[in-house]
Amino acid sequence: MMVHVEEQSLVVVDKGQIVDKATQMSKEGFRLVQISCLAKDSYEVTYSFDKNYACAHVRVVLPKDNPELPSITGAYFAAFTYENELQDLFGIKVSGLALDFKGKFYKLSVKTPFAPQPQQPAQ
Amino acid sequence: MATRTIVPFGPQHPVLPEPIHLDLVLEDEKVISAIPSIGFIHRGLEKLVEKKDFLEMTYVAERICGICSFIHGQSYCQAIEGVMKIDVPERALYLRTIWGEMSRIHSHLLWLGLFADGFGFESLFMHSWRVREKLLDLIEETTGGRVIFGTAKVGGVRRDMESLTLKRVEDELKIIEKMSHELTDVFKKDSSVKRRTVGKGVLSKEDAITLGAVGPTVRGSGIASDMRKLGYAAYGKISWEPVIETGCDCYARCMVRCRELYQSFDMIYQAMAKIPDGPVDVKVTGNPNGEYFARVEQPRGEVIYYVKGNNTKNLERFRVRTPTFANVPPLVKMLGGCELADVPVIVLTIDPCISCTER
Amino acid sequence: MSQMSIGKVVSRSFLSRPATRLYPFEKRPFYKATRGAVAIDIEKCILCGICQKRCPTAAITVTKATKDWQINRLRCISCGACVDACPKKCLWLENMYSPAVVQKGADDKFHQLDKPGLETTKA
Repeated sequence: MMVHVEEQSLVVVDKGQIVDKATQMSKEGFRLVQISCLAKDSYEVTYSFDKNYACAHVRVVLPKDNPELPSITGAYFAAFTYENELQDLFGIKVSGLALDFKGKFYKLSVKTPFAPQPQQPAQ
Repeated sequence: MATRTIVPFGPQHPVLPEPIHLDLVLEDEKVISAIPSIGFIHRGLEKLVEKKDFLEMTYVAERICGICSFIHGQSYCQAIEGVMKIDVPERALYLRTIWGEMSRIHSHLLWLGLFADGFGFESLFMHSWRVREKLLDLIEETTGGRVIFGTAKVGGVRRDMESLTLKRVEDELKIIEKMSHELTDVFKKDSSVKRRTVGKGVLSKEDAITLGAVGPTVRGSGIASDMRKLGYAAYGKISWEPVIETGCDCYARCMVRCRELYQSFDMIYQAMAKIPDGPVDVKVTGNPNGEYFARVEQPRGEVIYYVKGNNTKNLERFRVRTPTFANVPPLVKMLGGCELADVPVIVLTIDPCISCTER
Repeated sequence: MSQMSIGKVVSRSFLSRPATRLYPFEKRPFYKATRGAVAIDIEKCILCGICQKRCPTAAITVTKATKDWQINRLRCISCGACVDACPKKCLWLENMYSPAVVQKGADDKFHQLDKPGLETTKA
């Protein structure tokens, strides 16, 4: 009776559709809540949006090799922090970033520490 | 066109308790733009789930941040409870509310002090912290820790409060509330405070939404966005409304926090009046399987805890998005066009907590 | 208006005792609930090692062969996980901290004495 579980929607879209989806969300007045990533056999990048306490998640699944993602900073400028994080911690290449720190957003001793281990050397 | 100069601000700066670096592009004394860079204290706590089991992670979550420690622990527990569908006893939910609000009061008093220090009002800073000290004593008396409460637990709370203690806490809180009134009066009415804050660091309502501001930053821009409205813990059972101010400037954000102080006091009194008897925790069996995004309101704003379990003791992924991380883009916006001397004050109004941000 | 209220605070601060303590002479009392150093009643201990397994910082070492229970005070975070886990309830948290040290020393060692005939009951 006391368990508090929020209703949250989740849709999986293609890599190519994410920018359109973000633009559409932005037009509808959604706020970008966060972008997170799960790296196991593939990369699962989850974008969360919120409007009037209703949370909507959009997920993009990327292959393990050479993950690449278009930036949504055109629709949400605030995404630059999250996308730089994806670049620095997971090694996902984000193209078209409005503010690209080129791997210098986090000061790390190990390159892309959250990428799936063991890391394949670049061919 | 005047020549442009780039002035580094941080990572070490007297107003910053923690390292954040800003490159300020100046034209004379005016800030044209600011480029933030973080990551000096990245600890990789999210990676630690691979070594610690999901119940032990509560201790790690509580230590992500020193100021909102209890709420971090609570959010983590709520995320796990969301995945495992654990029914938490009602008394535990009320105790979480009481401790959560005590932690909010302590955070806001700390921030008011730091803010006063930011514009050079040293005696006000000392006074805020003296008031806060009384609250820390109360926290130690009820939880056992002054800063790290250590009472959050998956499936409830680790300690109970006796009704006698509850009464004593209420009496003490009334004294602290009276002392806070003297304090917030100065923030509200003093002309020297107003001259440093009114009209500075403006974040318009539209920008606040598009840049994804959270917490007092977004409420200071006139948007009622407070995750406690989701009704987790006991927030759905007590009456309250989010505090909003429409000034959009540093003064408005300060006022939001001042008014939230009294709101928190009121919430604690309400929760204490309604708290039911009963157990404070349930036994947790099994392993989490599934994923959940828990959203909880911290003193600084909305925090996201994402957990994904694969039916083993260790979680597959644990992700924390802290309020300061979301407030960095709005900060960049606020800094554009301000005076160099106002930068510390504006940076402080988002209540930066960098250790949380980088985890 | 604000001058009035701050004036009251200032004059009260001026007339009352300092908010701080003269530390070595006047010590702050701890509360009953304060979580301090971990203590053990070694004679009641059955050396099961559950505390060692549960300790999130790996501060506790239990050696069954030599009947030793060791704790590294600098690693211990006083979380109380061992206290909750102990089946014999022979661990507890003192309401005071372990004394400050100037360098990292050896672990605090508790040795169970051999007492023929009085041996602690096996669970």
